[in-house]
Amino acid sequence: MSSRPELQAPPEIFYDDVEARKYTSSSRIVGIQAELSERALELLALPNDGIPRLLLDIGCGSGLSGETISENGHQWFGIDISRSMLDVALERETDGDLILGDMGQGLGLRPGVMDGAISISAVQWLCNADKSCHEPRLRLKAFFGSLYRCLGRGARAVFQLYPENNAQRELILSFAMRAGFAGGVVIDFPHSSKKRKEYLVLTCGPPSTSTMTPSAKVEDSNSCSDDESSGDEENQTVSYRNRPRKRQKITKKGKTRSWVLKKKEKMRSKGNVVPPDSKYTARKRKSRF
Amino acid sequence: MRLLTHNMLSSNIKGVINGFPLRIEADNVVVKQVDFNPDFLKNMFSKIDWKALAEASKIMGYPELPDETPDHSILDSDDFLQKFHHALLELHLEEGALVCPETGRRFPVNKGIPNMLLHEDEV
Ligand SMILES: C[S@@+](CC[C@H](N)C(=O)[O-])C[C@H]1O[C@@H](n2cnc3c(N)ncnc32)[C@H](O)[C@@H]1O
Repeated sequence: MSSRPELQAPPEIFYDDVEARKYTSSSRIVGIQAELSERALELLALPNDGIPRLLLDIGCGSGLSGETISENGHQWFGIDISRSMLDVALERETDGDLILGDMGQGLGLRPGVMDGAISISAVQWLCNADKSCHEPRLRLKAFFGSLYRCLGRGARAVFQLYPENNAQRELILSFAMRAGFAGGVVIDFPHSSKKRKEYLVLTCGPPSTSTMTPSAKVEDSNSCSDDESSGDEENQTVSYRNRPRKRQKITKKGKTRSWVLKKKEKMRSKGNVVPPDSKYTARKRKSRF
Repeated sequence: MRLLTHNMLSSNIKGVINGFPLRIEADNVVVKQVDFNPDFLKNMFSKIDWKALAEASKIMGYPELPDETPDHSILDSDDFLQKFHHALLELHLEEGALVCPETGRRFPVNKGIPNMLLHEDEV
């Protein structure tokens, strides 16, 4: 994936008029976004009582995810940083309201008013520093802090995202946890490179049975091993709540063993000569032998 | 932008303590009919800041809501629900601005979309 849009330009530049138009005129994209949104809504686990809820769509773009919310009978408004994307949403006459705003500046919403939030393919953008004044950590903090405040107790936020690597996933999660959220990552189809989809499922408020990360078929493991663990389950859950800091194998800069093993495997598959794996693989060297 | 959304939005400028409600400058208001859903209204009622809604509704040309927060029992009145519905979901601010109550900073509204992007020194 050398063509990550996040690495090409800031979102408000990348999603210009041309890209915004391309986005909604591709039936492939429209289909994928609808599917992702449908799954995110399912993971929101709203009460099944037929009462429409008020949801927030973060990075709502041209309104594809919002349309899924409307189809499910709920009210919503969305926030996006790209005016071009929002203009396309206007043309599509979405039911939800649109706000031009930057989630990294924090959401200006009253406390406790939202029944839930979804965000489809957007939050990984926060990890980039697109301007000299951008500090991803501060932006993540502002975003998750403000999101936590605007959600009602027990409400959920579900993010479908494409983290660039483990470190980025950990970074996003750590800021969510710091803001007070409970929850974890749900990975659908973890063993298919094409179908693999990742959702961050967060619950606002004190832990209860409802804050447990949902899943279809559960396998308890941590994120370090999700690529190696074998099995036929289509869905994995990585729960992060209350995991002591020390046990998080991923350090800010360090590579995990699984990362190294994967890298080595990839090099081998390219025909490179790679030392065999052993118990010493990816271990930290003592400062002196 | 509907008053439902306006009722949730507040000014997010650094240092602002009370950024709610944003004052509305209405240059163009349009009415779009939507399906009436009493369940949604009843569920929303407790989350609505009533004074802000009544005031905003007035500015948008619909002075039909009570000024003071009505008692919960009013939700049994169909007449009330219809008015609540109209104010909350059918009035759209198309052109105008939202103004931060504390700093006076204007957030312009174009084609129904408020521009809430902050300048660097406001973050
Ligand atoms: C891949 S698009 C997805 C759009 C929409 N959710 C959908 O499903 O069609 C990602 C969107 O995130 C928006 N975005 C990126 N960074 C943002 C930020 N800091 N604040 C708000 N929106 C942002 C982009 O402008 C873009 O519209």
